[in-house]
Amino acid sequence: MEIGLVELSRLQFALTAMYHFLFVPLTLGLSILVAIMETVYVMTNRPIWRQMTKFWGTLFGINFVLGVATGITMEFQFGMNWSYYSHYVGDIFGAPLAIEGLMAFFLEATFVGLFFFGWDKLSKVAHCIVAWLVAIGSNFSALWILIANGWMQNPVGAEFNPDTMRMEMTSFFEVLFNEVAQAKFVHTVSAGYVTASVFVLGVSALYLIQDRHKDLARRSIAVAASFGLAAALSVVVLGDESGYSASHTQKMKLAAIEAMWETHEAPAPFTAIGFPDQEARETHYAIEIPWVMGLIGTRSLTTEIPGINELEARSEEMIREGLIAYDALMTIREQRDATPPEVRETFEAHSDTLGYAMLLKRYVDDPRDATEDQIAMAAEDTIPGVAPLFWAFRLMVALGFSFIAVMVFFFIRASFYRMRFPRWSLYAAVAIIPTPWIAAELGWFVAEFGRQPWTVDGVLPTALSASHLSIADLLITLAGFLIFYSMLFVIEMGLMVKYIRKGPFQDVPETEAWQARHEHRLRTHDGQGPFATNPAE
Amino acid sequence: MILYELIDFDTLRVIWWALLGVLLIGFALTDGFDMGVGALLPFVARSDVERRVAINTVGPVWEGNQVWFILGGGAIFAAWPPLYAVSFSGFYLAMFVVLAAFIVRPVAFKYRSKRDSATWRTCWDWALFAGGAVPALLFGVAVGNVLLGVPFHLTPDLMPMYDGNFAMKFLGLLRPFALLSGVVSLSMLLMHGAAWLTLKTDGMVAIRARAIGTVAGMVAAGAYALAGLWLAFGVDGFAFTSEVVANGPSNPLYSEVARGGSWLSAYAERPWIAIAPLMGFVGIAMAVRGLREGFEVSTLLWSKLGIFGIIASVGLTMFPFILPSTVDPDSSLTVWDASSSHRTLFIMLVVTAIFMPLILAYTSWVYKVLWGKVTEDDVTANSHSVY
Repeated sequence: MEIGLVELSRLQFALTAMYHFLFVPLTLGLSILVAIMETVYVMTNRPIWRQMTKFWGTLFGINFVLGVATGITMEFQFGMNWSYYSHYVGDIFGAPLAIEGLMAFFLEATFVGLFFFGWDKLSKVAHCIVAWLVAIGSNFSALWILIANGWMQNPVGAEFNPDTMRMEMTSFFEVLFNEVAQAKFVHTVSAGYVTASVFVLGVSALYLIQDRHKDLARRSIAVAASFGLAAALSVVVLGDESGYSASHTQKMKLAAIEAMWETHEAPAPFTAIGFPDQEARETHYAIEIPWVMGLIGTRSLTTEIPGINELEARSEEMIREGLIAYDALMTIREQRDATPPEVRETFEAHSDTLGYAMLLKRYVDDPRDATEDQIAMAAEDTIPGVAPLFWAFRLMVALGFSFIAVMVFFFIRASFYRMRFPRWSLYAAVAIIPTPWIAAELGWFVAEFGRQPWTVDGVLPTALSASHLSIADLLITLAGFLIFYSMLFVIEMGLMVKYIRKGPFQDVPETEAWQARHEHRLRTHDGQGPFATNPAE
Repeated sequence: MILYELIDFDTLRVIWWALLGVLLIGFALTDGFDMGVGALLPFVARSDVERRVAINTVGPVWEGNQVWFILGGGAIFAAWPPLYAVSFSGFYLAMFVVLAAFIVRPVAFKYRSKRDSATWRTCWDWALFAGGAVPALLFGVAVGNVLLGVPFHLTPDLMPMYDGNFAMKFLGLLRPFALLSGVVSLSMLLMHGAAWLTLKTDGMVAIRARAIGTVAGMVAAGAYALAGLWLAFGVDGFAFTSEVVANGPSNPLYSEVARGGSWLSAYAERPWIAIAPLMGFVGIAMAVRGLREGFEVSTLLWSKLGIFGIIASVGLTMFPFILPSTVDPDSSLTVWDASSSHRTLFIMLVVTAIFMPLILAYTSWVYKVLWGKVTEDDVTANSHSVY
């Protein structure tokens, strides 16, 4: 297999997945924020909340449609570009994807149309329920996708079947309640909530700076800051949970993120900053904080976290064990039902390491013919690129903590300072709008790049997973996606800017009717009528 | 857990084969009229208001309808992984074109009305046209290729390999019989779209739709009959030459298959399946009559019956084959050797049995809420909220 093909396939997957995830987080969070706003509208009957629902709903719609459109690529790309992967793990991996369609995507897509078209056709309560169904559907979607992705990180509840040459499910419940999947799900949706909160905060701050739509902006900030605060805390806590689960499921990924070359006596220190050097296998100018790594990774002071060099040696052992399994597998394949039972037993005893033998396929057609050098090279391949992971992770964590600070600030200002925000903070809120997206993409980078050289950790190497297409095929689709996606991005941003600039659509008769009904209650303490100043101030 | 042994492996495989058909038919019946409306758009609606009327008939529902397509992909992945792996990578460039159409279509629906410029809207109209017509044609071309057999083989590791040079991968799909199948699917979806527009609009849009739909229906019936004759005389079928093990492991290489005979011999073995093509012809004939006479609800239902019959007839004719291979017939994927494991099929069946009725229930409710014609007045009065 040409290396170029695998790399192009990876590039295309990374490109389309990361592009898809430009739209997903906002969909996850904004769907809930919009549903909250509509709930307030149903409970209070105040037209301003309906106006907010419609305004943020419009922006939600512009974003949502691209999430849907680019999601189709994701659903189909496994078969198109990763056909051996699809065959090899489809028995397990396909199920959550199909359930996502059945349980979640149908729900959100069926009701999102009604959300936009059903204002005059449904009662208030029914429309509000529709908004919640869209939000629930979107979030359930994320659940199933992350169960699928979690299985790639920690392939539980499955074993290899020599007859069908693939992994088959042994326990659906293990796949479902995979600890990695559960932690990832909450981490990811929380990241979506933070993204939407920062977005709502930023756009509202812009309105306050421009001195327009202040009613809408202040209420939106109140909702976004409180929701965003909870989400920002959750994102960090569950990120820590992900780290903890990686310490016993994906040790190599964890060691690479921390640039921990050697196994350190427990509790290991945390390298806050430094310059990892993969060639020399050391981290230059490292600033270490004692104990912290051991505490985060193992939640104990006595458990050791293995370093990269030790893990590489373990990989080499696994490759050798995998070769035993591979040899038995070849016998089973030739003799099928006539296979002596002891060969089957040998295979079953070592089948967990079969994937490690497959790492050699990159170098030699039959792994059993591999030389010592090739085995050493394959073992070295199990170390992902350390420096990119090290930096991406630190930047993501720094952003994660800064979101907590931002949300705390706006929450306190909104709650205890009567919605008065210093001007600099408003400018800052506008400026940080893109940062949650950066953090989210970095998070995916850490998760997926850190899993290399595997598509399914310890089971199937990436180099083996790709479809046997021609380079020309890949270049055509890659160019197609680049051009097509760039155009859509420009169009989408153009519309977002247009609709933010245009501001909310104010239903004047409805607002006036409501104000007339509530005039006595809205009269401010100095006796002014509600129409003199803004009634909600 | 041995709960899954409640249903035999071979029974589950047949159930999932039928469910695959249900999903494809569900997709054709729902998203089919979205594609039909898109492909009809430049011809049935001339002015901007007319176009908005046509677009808004599907505006609130296309998103849900498109999920049938996505769920179809997911279900093939879950229940028929080898089929998913072989067909999606084998039809690589054609799949990319379909993907592009399915990406541009949602965006066109959503963004068209967001700016007033005439150029902007015309561009999106063409996007809607292509997003409807191209997949409608290509799905038929794909089905035609499946009937002809596809040049792939599986290595002993069961890695799918596609035999055919680069140009073949896309242009090679456009074989005459496959193009005829493409004509069947495009014309039947045009008829379906016309039936939908007849139900949901009145005035000029409906009148034009009825005229085009009548012709499209007649073309569909003619092309379908021609394809049947072609299958009878010009296309080789496939058949097992080794003993059929219906509940064996999913390894296509364990069985032997040879090319020869005719697909239509299935009608001699299982005469009852003739009901499918019969439904196809009757459905289309009645839909054409309805379009001429101006019936509304019944036309759409007849059109659905016709499409149901046509798609079902392909599956029933080929059973148990799903994707035959021309270069290495032993690699052919069949119902008996290309499925997921017994356990996965059972779990997925339970999940489907729970959620499919729910989906059908709430989808019906949404259609009920949106019942009634879309008029020019609706569109102009609610300019800021509709497409």
